[in-house]
Amino acid sequence: MTEHRVDLAVIGAGPAGMAAALAAAEAGTRVAVIDAGVRPGGQYWRSPAPGAGPFRPATLHHGWRRFTSTDTRLTELAGTGRVLRLAGHHVWSILPAGDEWSVHCVLGAEPRQHGTPAPVTVHARRLVIATGAYDRQLPFPGWDLPGVITAGGGQALLKGNLVVAGQTVVVAGTGPFLLPVADGLARYGARVAAVIEANSPLAFARFPRAVLGATGKLGEATGYAGRLLRHRVAVRHRHVVLRALGTDRLTGVLVGKLDRAGRVRAGTEREIACDVLAVGWGFTPQLELPLQLGCATRVDVDGSLVVTVDEDQATSVAGVWAAGEATGVGGADLATVEGRLAGLAAAASFGADEVGDDRALRRRRTSLRGFASAMHQVYPIPQVMLERCSDETLVCRCEEVDAGTIRRAVVELGATEARIVKLLARPGMGWCQGRVCGFATACLTARHAGRPVAEADLRAFADRVIAAPTPLGQLATWPGDEPPAGDGG
Amino acid sequence: MPDRPPRTPTSTTSDLVVVGAGIVGAACAYHATRVGLSVTVVDSGPITGGTTGAGEGNILLSDKEPGPELDLALLSNRQWRSLADLPLDGTTFGRAVELETKGGLVVATGPAALAGLTRLAAQQRELGVEAIAVPGDRLPDFEPHLTDDVAGGYRYPQDMQVQPMLAAAHLLRLARRAGATVLTHEPVTGLLRDGERVTGVRTPRRDIPAGAVLNAAGTWAGEIAALAGVRVPVAPRRGYILVTEPLPPIIRHKVYLADYVADVASDSAALQTSTVVEGTGAGTVLIGASRERVGFDRTISLPALRQLAAGAVRLFPVLRDVAVIRAYRGFRPYCPDHLPVIGPDRRAPGLHHACGHEGAGIGLSLGTARLVAQSLIGEPPEIDLHPFRPDRFGPEVPR
Repeated sequence: MTEHRVDLAVIGAGPAGMAAALAAAEAGTRVAVIDAGVRPGGQYWRSPAPGAGPFRPATLHHGWRRFTSTDTRLTELAGTGRVLRLAGHHVWSILPAGDEWSVHCVLGAEPRQHGTPAPVTVHARRLVIATGAYDRQLPFPGWDLPGVITAGGGQALLKGNLVVAGQTVVVAGTGPFLLPVADGLARYGARVAAVIEANSPLAFARFPRAVLGATGKLGEATGYAGRLLRHRVAVRHRHVVLRALGTDRLTGVLVGKLDRAGRVRAGTEREIACDVLAVGWGFTPQLELPLQLGCATRVDVDGSLVVTVDEDQATSVAGVWAAGEATGVGGADLATVEGRLAGLAAAASFGADEVGDDRALRRRRTSLRGFASAMHQVYPIPQVMLERCSDETLVCRCEEVDAGTIRRAVVELGATEARIVKLLARPGMGWCQGRVCGFATACLTARHAGRPVAEADLRAFADRVIAAPTPLGQLATWPGDEPPAGDGG
Repeated sequence: MPDRPPRTPTSTTSDLVVVGAGIVGAACAYHATRVGLSVTVVDSGPITGGTTGAGEGNILLSDKEPGPELDLALLSNRQWRSLADLPLDGTTFGRAVELETKGGLVVATGPAALAGLTRLAAQQRELGVEAIAVPGDRLPDFEPHLTDDVAGGYRYPQDMQVQPMLAAAHLLRLARRAGATVLTHEPVTGLLRDGERVTGVRTPRRDIPAGAVLNAAGTWAGEIAALAGVRVPVAPRRGYILVTEPLPPIIRHKVYLADYVADVASDSAALQTSTVVEGTGAGTVLIGASRERVGFDRTISLPALRQLAAGAVRLFPVLRDVAVIRAYRGFRPYCPDHLPVIGPDRRAPGLHHACGHEGAGIGLSLGTARLVAQSLIGEPPEIDLHPFRPDRFGPEVPR
């Protein structure tokens, strides 16, 4: 058993977590940065293992210089003992212990490795939650064929291993994130047959103030669009993938164009040959830990469950701040600003004397949040995807639950919310614990129940006593927290 | 409340309003429709959303000491077996609710525990429970991965397991098909009275008049009783269950240590864990059972999780490197004398109870429902209800 004691534990070493840790440490706080990844940077600044091949960060990364300077500074502070960097630590539980928190971690890049080292507990007086987000997926016919991957997964392979997932790729779904995925794959040698985008960026015209407030964001997107043009990648707006084709593995996709009412226009269906389909419908914030802590949540503009925070990034639980995608999906720039504000607020709670003038940061946060909100409204999930989800379409791949089973749980067995659908039909009960099918199950449940998706539906897949797989043998000897007495009655 | 939902007048009177859409309420609704009563079920939340949704699905005889609870368990066991064969939409009720007649295996670690188990088994056998002694060296024939550090055990072939949420949902569905109405997300906020008599329930949406009201509100049953001005001291007893990653079938029975019986019967409020391990059709292994009386505290208890894990690894060393992927907690409806509350309440005519089954509600639900239905239509109940009578606790005693 290894134990560490710090003032502040930052959970997550992506853009938000790194910014929070650096801000707090520079203000004099002793910080531990805890992350499941082997190298810092999170999903956004995922980098290849040394020796994976020639790595030119500018080809795959935005703000790489900000990453390296933050990383260097954190390493320097680690040298002075101010910062403790804990990589490969999977947090499975955070429990209150007196006036501090016990952050329980399983060590190891792969938690099921045999002979993993002893468990680790970090004791901290304050917490910053910066757990990020993962790809949001929707079921459609054929999506379980080998060759269909998530957009984020395709990019992770590229960023983390410099491996291109296939030879001919279709990138599909919705949101500006599809563009860097397609661009990266094209740069590293894939033929990108098409980008199939369900919405149109022209809709940004409805949000002139949000766009003007964050000019850099639009420039970023224009840059990708220009490069895709040079790679001769067609970006098809208002198109969706209707079906993944193939028997043993993916051989192509059937796409169709949406009309003004959001329905597939008759006669527009056509096939595109490809061996990889990378698909993403935005992101789902990773909220197991804030829910364990009891942090209040809300449903954001994009339909995701997010942690509610105040002007200082403080959650509803005293001593716990949150930053980045966990508080609302908005990208790395917003995450960095929020992380910095959360780190400064946490440091200030210890009475740090000089945290400086943060008004510019707050203004920047306002404009980036405005842009994120506009983005979510420009790139909504097309209802047609759920309407076309037939009874035979697989929804939960771990437990092999199809959409018909979910429908019957609602209309025949009387489940009225996603938690009950999960109990009756098992979607979200398998290895991934609903990370892949949770959002879709919530949407399908609400649809069959004839009402909008509610917070409770989304919580059903994030509310977990154990946030990461933990070997029984380790749990059996986990130290700390002697048995409490009962109520004596 | 600024936006109170519109009140929907209910013109029809039900013979019975069942408060609670968990397994006990569902079973009672089903049995009531079977004897010809018109039924409305009402629950403050979704169906199977309380303790039923956090249960393992035990239908056990093995853990019952001779007495009224074992009588009720034997009645229930027969009910589950006969219901299992009921044809249902091209399959059977048993298959639809994943009823497994796999039997239990109770093991004792030392000679003293084995002697106690042997005594209990002898008493149970006199009452019709099948209990077959298994010497320590024969245990691997039944559970190849069981630790060899056990003195011996008993097989209980009548013990069963069911998927409790599916069981409740299907019982409610059968009741609906027989004309019952199920109202969810509608809390009972008051009782309709005619003098002493309870004549229905009130929710924020409507009044539901009824010939009788059945309190099947599980861990929350004390609050419903209080609406009638009577005391039924049901209290929460918290439990955790660990769920492993899916595995090939390596555990065949429901396997538990003999000290489970003593822990179930214990009056202590402090944390107790007794090891119960079983495989499921989905491949996961369920690990129970912790008991502690800490109110409705949802805080995660590291000691409880640790003791459960330690017990499982001790009983099945093969589980050491297996990952727990999920854990859940529930609040058992606990009565001070560990017996459920079943039958009419003399203190409030028209009010009946079916609650307080602690950790055995899934198994005992069908027997309870049969007794309730018999009592509602004026037939003599198959089992004497006296030990389960609602007024046995007396007035509240300050602690």
